[in-house]
Amino acid sequence: MLRIWRVGLLSGLALAAAPAQAFVAYVSNEKSNTVSVIDTDSWTVTKTIKVGQRPRGIEFTRDGKFVMVAVGDDDTIQVIDAKTQAVVDSLPSGPDPELFAQDAAGKILYVANENDNTVTVIDLEKRARLGDIQVGVEPEGMTISPDGKILINTSETTNMAHFIDTASRQIVANVLVDARPRFAEFKHDASEVWVSSEIGGTVSVIDPQKHEVIGKVTFEIPGLRKEAIQPVGIGMTRDDKTAFVALGPANRVAIVDVATRKVTKYLLVGQRVWHMAFTPDEKYLLTTNGVSNDVSVIDVAAQKVIKTIQVGELPWGITIAP
Amino acid sequence: MIRWLVGLIGWSLAATSALAAEPAMIGVGYLGIAGTRSTLSLVEQPAENDGVAGARLAIEDNNTTGKFTGQRFALEERRIREGEDVVQAATALAEKNGFIIADLPADALLKVADALRNRGTLLFNAGAIDERLREVDCRANVIHTAPTRAMLADALGQYLVWKQWKRWLLVVGSHDEDKLFADALRRTATRFGAKIVQEKTFEDRGGARRTDSGVTLIQRQMPVFTQGAPAYDVLVAADESEVFGAYLPYRTWDPRPVAGSAGLVPRSWDASQDQWGAIQMQNRFIKLNARRMTALDMQAWTAVRMIGEATSRTNSGDVKKVADFIKGPDFSVAAFKGTRLTLRDWNLQLRQPILLVDGRMVVSVSPQEGFLHQVSELDTLGYDRPESKCKLK
Repeated sequence: MLRIWRVGLLSGLALAAAPAQAFVAYVSNEKSNTVSVIDTDSWTVTKTIKVGQRPRGIEFTRDGKFVMVAVGDDDTIQVIDAKTQAVVDSLPSGPDPELFAQDAAGKILYVANENDNTVTVIDLEKRARLGDIQVGVEPEGMTISPDGKILINTSETTNMAHFIDTASRQIVANVLVDARPRFAEFKHDASEVWVSSEIGGTVSVIDPQKHEVIGKVTFEIPGLRKEAIQPVGIGMTRDDKTAFVALGPANRVAIVDVATRKVTKYLLVGQRVWHMAFTPDEKYLLTTNGVSNDVSVIDVAAQKVIKTIQVGELPWGITIAP
Repeated sequence: MIRWLVGLIGWSLAATSALAAEPAMIGVGYLGIAGTRSTLSLVEQPAENDGVAGARLAIEDNNTTGKFTGQRFALEERRIREGEDVVQAATALAEKNGFIIADLPADALLKVADALRNRGTLLFNAGAIDERLREVDCRANVIHTAPTRAMLADALGQYLVWKQWKRWLLVVGSHDEDKLFADALRRTATRFGAKIVQEKTFEDRGGARRTDSGVTLIQRQMPVFTQGAPAYDVLVAADESEVFGAYLPYRTWDPRPVAGSAGLVPRSWDASQDQWGAIQMQNRFIKLNARRMTALDMQAWTAVRMIGEATSRTNSGDVKKVADFIKGPDFSVAAFKGTRLTLRDWNLQLRQPILLVDGRMVVSVSPQEGFLHQVSELDTLGYDRPESKCKLK
């Protein structure tokens, strides 16, 4: 770290762009069946890990020791040891796992199983399946409320956000959103849930108390047909002021003012931008660009794309060590 | 019958009391012709339940959603046998079903549409690709999920032109629907700047599609039939009747690719389509029906999903409300084609991307890049609003 500092000073780089702390990002490459490991200091791929078939949802465990990656075509979630960077274990998910969420303690994992309309509950310590929750057709997006009491699952063909009580594992409410809801994200203060609709082309803002859609974020890019705007991944800064929304084949990330729900800027990134992750210091936001096989690095404060990193084929999900 | 009674009781409860716990019953009829047609390729031989199997899957999908919305969908299938009166059958089906998915020839569909007009039944044409049903013979109570011949021809033509295969040898069958497809292909060539260098007719002289030594004969026949054509890039076949199309690939005199009714074929759906989340749909379909999904299955699935989408958005099973919503500006449906599908409000045709398939893979999806449109690029496929002769009534 120190050496990097010195190099930075010696080479006379602007101090405003002081080098950030180095983090490690893991990217799932859906077509290559690999996970790329990116060092956020050098912005290079330091390792490519072979995993099971069709890796998509990917997330660090809360303690930062492992990375879980859903390999849908192998009907399991593989566990990568972050130290050795090798697959060490697998979890008993249901068929075709795609996205998952873990509780705050990192003990329970909730997995969306696209093929049989269920959410599977897994005990992470015992590596055991605790049960299933029946949801709508093609469950996908998963997120847990900051207090851990409510799990949200979106179903792509039913077009709903299902609110599930994590204690009773019962659905307590269903909120209709626009077509093909892909991803759900809570505001850190728990006052709103944002749900992206890929085909509907909107982000629905839901009041999690009233279970009602209270607003919608819409997108318009001059010169681009409406159908190309397909919102998927959402990232929200910790102060809940700014949201970033990946717009799929529009090849752009929208920056949204959370208070007014209006887009303030569109950033051109790689092709078919899908999911994203912040570095823990929130200086950078990394997006996966499926069709151009790369990851874009966004400087969050400057609201600029500063770097593109080539990864495997069809990069899908991304997670950064806590 | 018992299920229907239960359904009716549920329906009346929901109608009379807003607090009714019973789900609202929504009846969907499926009206088709009994029996299947014979294809040249044995692997393409349609199943007895071609089409209705897709409707069945959509009913299941709708019912999964219906658990959360208090709606319950039921499907009633009716197949017409030769000599049976289609209007009578349709009227009986409409007794219990406010929505009917039809896989009927154009004339039969028009008879049904006109007979059911005053009843308020909403029809979905899942099978007929005839242009006239969306043009001079369009009806306000018929929504079309099947693409048209012009849409299919344009989808293929855009790709051939993009590929720079602009010189076409057109081979047309001797039946009426072959000629209609050839008309559509000629229109496409004119629109997109391809040239038909020569046209040939393949006369249907009868004969069996299954023979014990057919291959030897075909191998000798087809090169001779395509001999002596002016220089061309691609042979485009119009053979909806399944008389000769599938015999052409690899057997032309000149080594040229084949497209149209064989070779590279434009379709609304294919068993090999796995993009945009389609793999989940294909898996669900195989699990339910123990076979792969065809274009007709998809057209019926889409129709029933459109009903489900509208009933969940309007929170109603009322046919009029649902029909108004589907025809309105806010309607769209997701159907695993990478984009939302909407209705052309001037003739109630569903806009949709068209797949170009070779029997094993999806080769491309049209509209192709660079074919632009001021409203929707999907409207570069088929007849557009300014050309339309449809007056909805």
